[in-house]
This record gives sequence, structure tokens and C-alpha cells, in this order.
Amino acid sequence: MSVAAPQALDRGAVPWLFATALIATAPHFFHQPEWLTGLALLIFGWGGWLWWRGLRLPGRWWLVALVVASCAGIVLQFRSLFGREAGLALLVVFTAMKLLELRSRRDAAVVTVLGYFLLLTHYFHSQSILTGAWLFAASLIVTATLIRLHGGPNSRLLPTLRYAALLTVQAVPFMLVLYLLFPRIGGPLWGLPQDAYNGRTGLSGSMSPGSIANLAQNGDIAFRARFESTPPSRGRLYWRGPVLEEFDGQTWKAMDALALARPDISGQDPPLRYAVTLEPHNQRWLLALDAPSTWPADSRLLANLTLLGNRPITQRQRIELTTTLDYRFNVQESGTTLQRALRLPAGRNPRAQALGQSWRETIVDPGSRVEQALTLFRTGNFVYTLTPPLLAGDTMDEFLFGTRRGFCEHYAAAFVVLMRAAGVPARVITGYQGGELNPLDGYLVVRQSDAHAWAEVWLAGQGWVRVDPTAAIAPTRIESGLAEAMPGSDALPALVALRQDWLRSLRFRWEALNNGWNQWILGYNPERQRELMGRLGLPDADWQTLAKWLFGACGLVLLLVSAWTLAHRPRLDPAQRLWRRASARLGRRGIDCPEWMPPLAVLARVEAGQPALAPAFRSFVEHYLACRYGPGPTNLKALRRALAALP
Amino acid sequence: MPVFSVSRDHPLAPLIAAANQVILGKEREIRLALACLFAGGHLLIEDLPGVGKTTLAQTLAALLGLRYHRIQFTSDLLPADITGVSLYQRETGDFRFLPGPIFAQLILADEINRATPKTQSALLEAMEEGQVTAEGETRPLPQPFFVIATQNPAHQIGTFPLPESQLDRFLVRLELGYPDREAELALLASGGQRTRAASLTPLLQPADIPVLRQATATLHAAPPLLAYVQALVEATRRQTGFLHGLSPRAGLGLLAVARAWAWLEGRDMVLPDDVQAVLPAVACHRLRSAQGGGHATPEDIGALIRSVPIP
Repeated sequence: MSVAAPQALDRGAVPWLFATALIATAPHFFHQPEWLTGLALLIFGWGGWLWWRGLRLPGRWWLVALVVASCAGIVLQFRSLFGREAGLALLVVFTAMKLLELRSRRDAAVVTVLGYFLLLTHYFHSQSILTGAWLFAASLIVTATLIRLHGGPNSRLLPTLRYAALLTVQAVPFMLVLYLLFPRIGGPLWGLPQDAYNGRTGLSGSMSPGSIANLAQNGDIAFRARFESTPPSRGRLYWRGPVLEEFDGQTWKAMDALALARPDISGQDPPLRYAVTLEPHNQRWLLALDAPSTWPADSRLLANLTLLGNRPITQRQRIELTTTLDYRFNVQESGTTLQRALRLPAGRNPRAQALGQSWRETIVDPGSRVEQALTLFRTGNFVYTLTPPLLAGDTMDEFLFGTRRGFCEHYAAAFVVLMRAAGVPARVITGYQGGELNPLDGYLVVRQSDAHAWAEVWLAGQGWVRVDPTAAIAPTRIESGLAEAMPGSDALPALVALRQDWLRSLRFRWEALNNGWNQWILGYNPERQRELMGRLGLPDADWQTLAKWLFGACGLVLLLVSAWTLAHRPRLDPAQRLWRRASARLGRRGIDCPEWMPPLAVLARVEAGQPALAPAFRSFVEHYLACRYGPGPTNLKALRRALAALP
Repeated sequence: MPVFSVSRDHPLAPLIAAANQVILGKEREIRLALACLFAGGHLLIEDLPGVGKTTLAQTLAALLGLRYHRIQFTSDLLPADITGVSLYQRETGDFRFLPGPIFAQLILADEINRATPKTQSALLEAMEEGQVTAEGETRPLPQPFFVIATQNPAHQIGTFPLPESQLDRFLVRLELGYPDREAELALLASGGQRTRAASLTPLLQPADIPVLRQATATLHAAPPLLAYVQALVEATRRQTGFLHGLSPRAGLGLLAVARAWAWLEGRDMVLPDDVQAVLPAVACHRLRSAQGGGHATPEDIGALIRSVPIP
């Protein structure tokens, strides 16, 4: 068996291959160690320079050395050549290196296949709209490269791109069918996007001065909520997160041991129904408005009103909730809980403790002690600021009697310390306050910058009552949001501080789009698929049924496309059809007659190649020419007879 | 039904045979030249000096029985040298027009690209209009009026290459090329053919030519054939190999020459074979190759033909 010589690659195809390799690897540059990105870019640059100057590609030993060096680097970095990150790094570097050995069309084909494969790997890192758009454009470029490779040096840029776009558009129906009908498995197909786990900001189970102010500078979305009726006013939107009861003089912590008793809630108004779509925050708590009256089955409500899921939230999750906004909560509270809510570390913050104790001695009614503390905040020259001075040592003393500048966590913590010293059971609540209604899709968007800390005191006969000391200092923070409360502050994230209307509406649009993407594309899980199938009249479709429908639908699309193609096929003249048949017969006898070859030239070929066939074919050609090109009436019968006479 | 070539019985068979005796081994070129004449166009022969351009022109003139003038184009030739001048008559005291050499039925414009553009355009205007305007008076040219121009390849020293617009006035451009071995041996043995060309006797009368032109112009061209001509012309506009495509006038010319070719083959219909046979001669000088910008070569046209399926 002989091996065909590899077909040389034409020079004009090389930029296409560079574009393919670059667009397919580029998003990985943001996730890889810098040296890997640098190495890949260096190789790209080297290959590009060699192409530009028309120089020889590097020899085999260069490539071997590069492979060894990059493998060694990857092993050092990832402690392995296998696994996801190391494998991706290898793919990226090897794709770049393939550009150093572009000699034949086979090499070019390898680059395009690698390109298609690399496109899939980006979903490991992100599944956002931008990633989707980038990969769509990238697949277009890779397809265009493939077309260019087959089109040869004469193909032009625009027609090649147009053809690639046409192919992509034709693939869309199949894509939709596959997306909707391919049996879904729980969780995304590629495992989780990495950003679900790492570097997530959000509430933690503890709070110290400055921790929420840091969060306030983060414009990421924490969750979205959608109310079935009109959303309540902004001042009532307290989304409860972890309840912090333990204080060591510096840091507030949530309880380790969970109180398993069920809270006792008595609601006084009709419950409010809404759904929350939580961004992954890698913790177990869910965020609900006080006080929840129904919650999902795989979560439970703790005695301190924290809603806890069974597992950490590592992927975007939608939960349905109802809440009573006017409520009484644990009017009968257990003694241990009240004891805990009065505990202060001995010897810390002595001035604050002394102030609280003086209230306890002079003011009889606990409710008036609360009022006294809020009056202190209102009238004591306190300033609400995102950039409070650093506190050390007895932080609450320093804040209350020294700096008097703080963010919500300072006020909540100082308030609770004062209350506990004054003998009023109190605790810190962290969570989110407010949110921004997107008028386009009706979703309320709550960001990390809406993170907030407030307090809760227990009063006899009333149970736990929410007190927000921040409202005493900066009422606008609660009524209108952080941006209004902090005019001109450049510490706020740009997205939160937007004041221009058109920018705001642009942002609303983008977020509505993102939300739609999350809800409908990424959130298309087994439940949604089942729901859709149910609506299509296929309730309880198992994967076999889905597979049948999948193949059926793909077949239907193919059938429609072929029917359309057949219907739009150019109609052949009967004489010409007979000519095609004769050509096919000649083809079987080894005489090639392409469509551009005129009849007499074909006849000359037959006379030279198959003299035995010549007389019959000559008679056929005579009839054919008379029928198709002659001035007289067409005699198809004679032509058919002549064709039949062809051996 | 005459589908295949019936050269032996063709009325022009003796003429072609006689021309073939003089221009050895160039029957295809002779046929193309005749096809051009019967299609009503003018002929440009482009080749190196000494391959028989002038002999071909002389032979055709002699055999067709046309009144023949030869104009040798040089760089100092003036328009009036072609069209004629008015001279003062001492006896009568007025001016009398002396017609120039263009007043003939067949003009051999030898080495047309050695003349200045001004002189070239005088000839080309006459070719287009069929009349000459000299000193404010328009005079018709005799009929038939057929110009055979020869030119040396443009890269030779001392030439003014014809611009595109003027090249387009020539329906057919031929390259004669070197004779093959047998023809060259025969040529060497006979000691040159130009003397034989002068001794030829006419085989046609000038009055025959309009009749023959009429016969070719009405030859049957079926709709599929017209579609093929259109597809070819359109392909030159769509394909990337050429700078710009063929004009509609070129398409009409292609069909006319194909008709004449088919008529010379003795057919009563035009076939795709005829179109393909004449396409290089009609299209090469009207197309510029996208690579290099020079005129399209017969290989380019071959590639064009292979890219257009016959409808």
C-alpha cells in the first residue's frame, strides 16, 4: 500500500489557523498561571514571526525540548500532568506548539479539531452569556478556518465567513432540539463552573468591624427575588442571613450548636409569596424575608429564624418562599437563649459596659433603654461612612467614645453591646437590606453591596423585635439604598453608584438578560425539562422516551431540510436528464465526462477510449444535440431509443 | 440534419483549403479569422514579428476578393495619413479630397501599437463608425469594411499599448504562434509563402460577404445555449481570477463568433462546443488576470470553462 505524500499547506491558510488557535485558547489565559499564558503567547509570537518572514519552522529537537520544558513546568505547577487544570494547561500549550509545525494540511486539520475541543473546555470556568457569545463567535471562526482549508488559496475572506455563518445558522435547529430533548442529568454537564467554589464573596458566619464595609464595595449579585404581588417597600426588605450571638470583644460569631427548637411565629397579615434565585455562596443558609412561613422541603427554619439548607449552595438555586412581614416571634423564649443574648466578655469595652449598666440602673422600662441607645446615636455626632478609621483593642469603646465614625456593623455591634450591658437580651443579625427592582423583568436584584447588619432585642410580651441602629444615623440607607446615603463616595462600586438614567437602564437591561440566561438556559435542569415535556403532553418522560423524541425531532428537521433542498433543486430538461444518464453510463465504463464538457468533446473521448461504444453513442449524441440545441421540434422518443441502444 | 462537421461539402471549404496552402498548419486560426469576419467584427493578430501575421492578412484579402490596403503604422504616422487630406488644385482653384488608405474593404493595419495613441484612435473611430470625418466632412467607408490589425507584444521597445477601451473594439484576438515541425519544414522547402499569397485568385465576390454574414447571424441558438453563454459571462464577473468580468457587448460578440464558427463547421445550430472553441479568442484580450494584472491566458479561460457546468 502506498502512502500519499502529505499535501502542503498554502501560506494564506496560516493566519486562519493562528486566529483559530488564539480565539480558542484566549479565555484560558485568565485562569492559568501567568507563566503558562506567557509561554503560549511567546510561541504564538514566534510562529507568527516565522510565518511573516517566511522562515523555516523549527526542527524536531526544538519541539522536543519545548514539550519537555512545558511538561516539567506543568508538573511543578500542578503536581501532576493529569487532572482538569493540568490537562487544560497541556492542551493550551500544545495547541500553540502545533502552530510551530504547520507543514501539511493534516497539521492544519489537527489545529481545527483542537480548536473545537478547546471551545468546550471553557465551560469549566464560566457559563456566562459573555462566554457563550465568545464561544459562538469562536466556533464561527474555527468553522471558517475549516472551510478555508478546503477552499484553497483562492477563497476570499468575506464569502468564507458568510459560508461559515450559514452553516452555523443551519445548525441552530439541531442545537435547539438537542438542548431541549437531550436527557438532563442533575447538575451541569461539565461539573460546576469553577467560579461557583472559589473566591466567592458574601456573608460569612462572623462579623468584625470593617467586614461588611468591605462587602459593600462589591457589586456582585447576591440573589434575585421575584414577588408574586407588588414588592413591599424598600424599608421592609430585611433579608435575614446568619444570626450572630457570640461576642469575644472583637468579633461576632454565629452559634456553633444549633438550636433545634422550632420558632414560634404568629403572623398578622396575609403571607407574601416570592421566589429567590440565590447565587452560589458556598454556605448553607438561604436568604428570606422575616419571618418565613413556608420554605422548601430540603431546608429548615432554626429557632433564631435562620433558614438553613441541607447542603452548601454551590450552584445557582431557586427557592419558593412565603413570608409574613408583620409577625411576633418567640414571645416565650427559652432561658438559655436569653442568657446567651446577655453575655459579654468580661473586662472588654469597660466604658460601653459601664454606660449600659448606668441605663439599667436609671431606666426601668427595657424599651426605653433601647430608645436611649438610639438617641445616643442620633445626637452624639456619629457619622455613617464606608471608610471608618481602623479600630484596635477595645473596639466598641474606641468607636463609641472616640472615632464615632462607622458603617452598619459598627452601629449594630455597639448597639448590642450597650443593650446586653443594660440587661436587654440582644443579638446581631447579618443579611441584606433592600435591593433594586429591575423594571424590565420585575426581578428585585440584591447585591453584595446591599449587605447589612442590624440588631434584634427581646422584650417581654413582644418577643424578638428588630432594631436597626443604622436607620437612626442614616435613614436614607434604609429608605433609598447605599448610593443615596453616600453621595460622592468613590469607594462604592461603579455599578452601584450609577446615577445617570441611561446607564442605569442599560444596566437593568443587561441584568435582565443575564437573569433570563440563568433562569432559562443554565437553569434548564431535569425538573424544568420534565415540566416542559409535561406541557408538550409527555408527562413523566424518562430518558428512553426523551431519546426517542430526540432522534425523531432530529430526523424531522433533517427531513424538512432535505425536502426544501429537493424542492429548490434546479429542474432538469428531459433531454438533459437523459444526457446525465448517458454520462453516468459512460462513467461506469471508465469515461469521465464532467458537467462542463460539451457533447462533441465527450464523443471524441468515447471514440478514443471505447471505439466499440462509439457508433451507438454517436447516434445518441446526434439525437441529443438535435433535441436540445436544434431548431426543429424535439423528438424525445428517438432520444430515449438511442439511450436504450447504448450498451 | 447536419450536426457534425461537414467540411467537405461546405461552400467555404475550397477557400479554407486554399488559405491552408499558404499559411501552413494554422487552419484553426484561419477559421477564427473568417468567423470574425462573418460575425461582422475586426481582427487583432498579436504575435512576434515574422510568424506570418501579414501573410495571413494578405491571403484573406486575396481569397475574399476584397479591395485591400496595407498601412504600416510607425511612430510618426499622423491621422491624416490614414484618413486622407484635401489638396489645393491650381487648375480649378479649389480643394480636392484625396482619400487616404483607409478607403478600402480590407485594411491591414500593421504593427498598430507602434503609432501614437492619436493615430490609433483615428483608425479605431473608423472601425466603430464605419465612416471617416475629415476636415468637417463625413464620408462613408466602403462595405464590407474589415480591419485586420497586427501588433507586437506590448513589452517590446517603442510601442504604445492599446488601452482597454480600444482593445474591446476588436472582436477576436489571435496569436499565431510558431508553426509545428512539419509546417516549418514545408515552409523552409518552399522558400517563403508571401509570394504565393500575391498570386492567389479570389474565391468569393465582395457581394457574397453580406449574404454570408446574414446566414451566420440567423443561425439557430437554442435557449440552453444562450443560458450557457450567459453563465460563462457571469462567471467571469463572479470569479476571483479576473479583475473585472466581460461586458454585455463581449457576450453578444461571443455569441456572434460562436454562430459564425458553427456555420463554418457546417452546422445549422450552435453548440456549447462552438462557444468553448471561440471563447479564448474572444475573451482573453478583454479580461485581466487578478494575479499579475496581465491579460488572461488561454489557461485561465480553460479553468473558467471547467468551472461552469453546461446547463
